[in-house]
Amino acid sequence: MQQSEFLNVVMPFKDKLFRLAKRLLVSTEEAEDATQEILLKLWSKNKMMESYNNVEAFAMTMTKNFCLDRLKSKQANNLKLVHSNYAEENSGLQTQLEAKDSVDWVQKIMEDLPEQQKMVLQLRDVEQYDYDEIGEMLDMQPTAVRVALSRARKLVREKLVQKHSYGIG
Amino acid sequence: MELDNIEKLLEKYFEATATVTEEETLRTYFSQESVATHLVQYAPMFQYFTSAKEERFTKQVPLKPRRNYFKWASIAAVVVLLIGLYMNQPKTDPTPEDLMAMYTPEEIESAQEALAMLGMNLNKGTAQLSHLGEFEKTTNKFLTKE
Repeated sequence: MQQSEFLNVVMPFKDKLFRLAKRLLVSTEEAEDATQEILLKLWSKNKMMESYNNVEAFAMTMTKNFCLDRLKSKQANNLKLVHSNYAEENSGLQTQLEAKDSVDWVQKIMEDLPEQQKMVLQLRDVEQYDYDEIGEMLDMQPTAVRVALSRARKLVREKLVQKHSYGIG
Repeated sequence: MELDNIEKLLEKYFEATATVTEEETLRTYFSQESVATHLVQYAPMFQYFTSAKEERFTKQVPLKPRRNYFKWASIAAVVVLLIGLYMNQPKTDPTPEDLMAMYTPEEIESAQEALAMLGMNLNKGTAQLSHLGEFEKTTNKFLTKE
């Protein structure tokens, strides 16, 4: 497979890889490095790529495994991930700020979810994969995906409602 | 959009039984300005998912075919090595025809004579060495005694 061909295959989903990596690793830099690593790995396997029936799902699984490994080694090294990419918005109206704030809040809620729920939520609600595809990517049964997804959505709702009714300090 | 429908979809959404298109309906509903007041709390969730999809991977990935480079470099290295060896090769021994051309017959003859003498003397020397066997015998005597 030539480079241009490879890029044609990979380009449509590289953003998805990046977003999944960022969901798991939180930091933009870490996610960029991870995505680059995955793309290079894919490139080094480009001769075998034609034999995979679903390159996208394969790449997603690779990203998942890579990021989870990465998180594990970070934990083992007792290092904290650096993430300083919360946009600082100090302009405009109070209402605008509040609206943006509660959208950001969802991101923070998602950071606290267990990894599996994070991934399921990311793949379904952001990327809109169907359950079979998610099952393939995460190596889960579609019904298990459904259960995890429902749980994750309810958790997000719960936290969001809490915030909505009490406000956050 | 009827509120009834949205409420039903929301319920299905949280049970994770909604289809992708139904979820899309929810996302478009919550992306608009006017959201029913009792549903407003869900809006950030859907707005966030929509905005999260906007994120792009902008980093350039160097996809240079590195393996080819190494292959050609190794070939070049081998070629250089071979040339180097060829250049530094010591001169091969002259063949007999060369000897005849370079030296007169007398010279060759005297050289052969000298070599024969050398060989003879060397043989003499080695014949003398046979006396060394005597030492061996005596040491063996001691060794077997003990």
